[in-house]
Amino acid sequence: MKKKYLVIIYSIAIFVFVVLYLSLNKNNVYTTQENIGKKISVIQLDYFDKPGEFNIQEISNFNFTLLNFWASWCGPCRKEHKYLVELSSNSNLKIIGVNFKDDKKNAMEFLKEMGNPFFILTKDPEGKKSVNFGIYGIPETILINKDLKILKKYVGPLSTKDVREIQRIVKK
Amino acid sequence: MLSSFGITVSTISLLLSLSLLYLSYYDLKLSNNKISKKIYKFAFSQILFTFLSFITLIIAYVISDFSLINVYENSHTTKPLFYKISGAWGNHEGSLLLWINILVLFSFLFLILNKDKNKNFKLYTIIFQNLLISSFLIFLLTNSNPFSLLYPTPTEGMGLNPILQDPALAIHPPLLYLGFVGSSIYFSIALAALITKVDSKSLALTIKPWVSVSWTFQTLGILVGSIWAYYELGWGGFWFWDPVENSSLMPWFLMTALLHSVLVLERRIGLYSWVIILSILTFTMSVVGTFLVRSGILNSVHTFANDPSRGLFILSFLALMVFSSIFIFFKHAPVENKNYKIFSKESFILINNWFMVFFLAVVLIGTLYPVFLDTLTGQKISVGPPYYNFILAPFLLPLLFLMTSGPKHKWISSNVIGIFNIALFTSIILFFLIFLSIKEGGLLLLLILLFSMYLITQTTFDFYETFKNKNINLSRIISHFGFGLLILSISLNQIFSVEKSFNVRLGDEKNFQNYTIKFNNLETFSKNNFKSVKGHFEIIDKKKITSQNLTPEIRVYNKPETITYEASINTKLFSDTYLTMSNISNTDVFNIKFQKKPFMNFIWFSVLLISFGGILQFSRFEKRA
Repeated sequence: MKKKYLVIIYSIAIFVFVVLYLSLNKNNVYTTQENIGKKISVIQLDYFDKPGEFNIQEISNFNFTLLNFWASWCGPCRKEHKYLVELSSNSNLKIIGVNFKDDKKNAMEFLKEMGNPFFILTKDPEGKKSVNFGIYGIPETILINKDLKILKKYVGPLSTKDVREIQRIVKK
Repeated sequence: MLSSFGITVSTISLLLSLSLLYLSYYDLKLSNNKISKKIYKFAFSQILFTFLSFITLIIAYVISDFSLINVYENSHTTKPLFYKISGAWGNHEGSLLLWINILVLFSFLFLILNKDKNKNFKLYTIIFQNLLISSFLIFLLTNSNPFSLLYPTPTEGMGLNPILQDPALAIHPPLLYLGFVGSSIYFSIALAALITKVDSKSLALTIKPWVSVSWTFQTLGILVGSIWAYYELGWGGFWFWDPVENSSLMPWFLMTALLHSVLVLERRIGLYSWVIILSILTFTMSVVGTFLVRSGILNSVHTFANDPSRGLFILSFLALMVFSSIFIFFKHAPVENKNYKIFSKESFILINNWFMVFFLAVVLIGTLYPVFLDTLTGQKISVGPPYYNFILAPFLLPLLFLMTSGPKHKWISSNVIGIFNIALFTSIILFFLIFLSIKEGGLLLLLILLFSMYLITQTTFDFYETFKNKNINLSRIISHFGFGLLILSISLNQIFSVEKSFNVRLGDEKNFQNYTIKFNNLETFSKNNFKSVKGHFEIIDKKKITSQNLTPEIRVYNKPETITYEASINTKLFSDTYLTMSNISNTDVFNIKFQKKPFMNFIWFSVLLISFGGILQFSRFEKRA
């Protein structure tokens, strides 16, 4: 009798734990990963420190482009910044920064302190244009090829693993 | 500097905890009946070092040491000192350290306050408690370290979310943690009691004060959280059946059940296994709640950052805890014979337990069902107040009735007590007086009103009895009275609430029911860490010919940039007037929400009374011991 109860209780517990475990790996956050493989649409972004607009179409001049959304107020951006600086030495890759909902003075101080990896720096003070890229939080980084195709999307700060992956793709 | 010091101190705490495990296990085999002096010394050092680690973190916050990632991410130099301190536990890592501190505190208090108890019983309790402590310390040091170093050191921090900068919220986590983390000690005691075959009376006496203490703090923690939600979130409600609120309520149901069944166990054998199960379940539910909040599988106002590795640790810990406690329970559970009569006090207390377990099940299913459904079928649903109100409200009727008549019965006897008495008669008269003045509300709500009044009048009569008879349990009377008052106030609040939204421009005047709202002035100003737009409104009550000025605000904080809507609340004894304002972008129109919330003070006060009963219960125990 005792054993029967034990088996029933254990089975229920195992079921609950398995479901909870599965729910952990299930991302309940809205994602834009399905954009991978699609072509980027034509979007204009304001230059950070000069008048005029940068047309995303110009990316086709570079072999590979890394589009990085960042801000000085964002802690994880600070963490990943050293990786961007490291990647900026790669001649096959141009990094375009989008300064997201930021204060210009703070952003400049941030770059002065941490280094400037950006080939071109643009801004999106209201965060409205970034929506077109499927950005809802920063940092987020998008790897784009010559044909304007999105190869990879990194939500959250870049890790060492991500950096190696980017280097591998870019070298090819 | 503080980073490495903090890590060192926490590592020493872990080593001390592991040594305590070893020493206690070794001491079990010795035949003397006194616990070795060494264990006391180690336990004392353990609490010293654990407190020190927490104090180190608080100091890092006070001096704004941004070389700690944790301080950088959650604090700012311009923050008031009070919120710098409370910022230490306003985030995942810091609050985990608070968790550990409370585990250690309860472990230490148990050791020094139970000098006369059976030696092995105490040792096993210390062993189980230190298993919990060391697991959480490992979690802290490997996954969620509040002392992690940030290099290069930034000159300024990111600031604490402004809606968390509130006095009620500053004390909310410590109170709640004293409640549900405190329940760890009777989890350990229960397992130790099973293994060492402690008799029911001493189990009951050992557990009782801890249950009262944790229950009281849990009640106060829930109250403070609810007050914060009412004032700060600007929804005008006090309970939202948010999954995280539910996580604090679930252990509370079990603690309430335990509080009652321990009373039976103290006097009679028969509920031994049940009390053990409840003790194990209470702490299990607390960890389940922690899992739900920290793993990020739920979306709620308590947005701890989503990090699956945390969830995985807590889930593995939980699984280990649940499977081993079930195993220990089945291996050691004694066979019991039930010998109580149907109408005796024991049965009524047991009925209370069934109610609590039922409430727990309803809330647990409501909280977990969306998670399960999403995981298994991919369908997303949300379970809200209609579900809870629909299922729980009818059961309040028998609960209120039994809370009134149950305690009047005697132990072991089976005499049925007449239910038609002066208290019922008084409450029916009162009910009709109220009914004539409202003439609205559904049948169920009216019945709940009647039954809660019956409970209030009966407990008031009981209260007078205590002057004649000193043996009557005053804490029960106060808590039950508080519960009656709570349900009464909530029902009246439901019936009399007025809610109305408008779009207004400066200078507008709106009329509805008996009220006129005038939008007189709009003022903008900036303060240290925020800019504010403040509206000046005049609310005129045409029936009572009174007017009051309310000034809701829209604040834009700069660190981190956040917009908050500050409700303006005019609190009077019987009713709150509540006004919130939000802007509609690119227009000069504001959306205002006017609410009349009666009996809010009574709701807060009644919960205070409920927890006051818990404090009395504890002091009663102190006197007897």
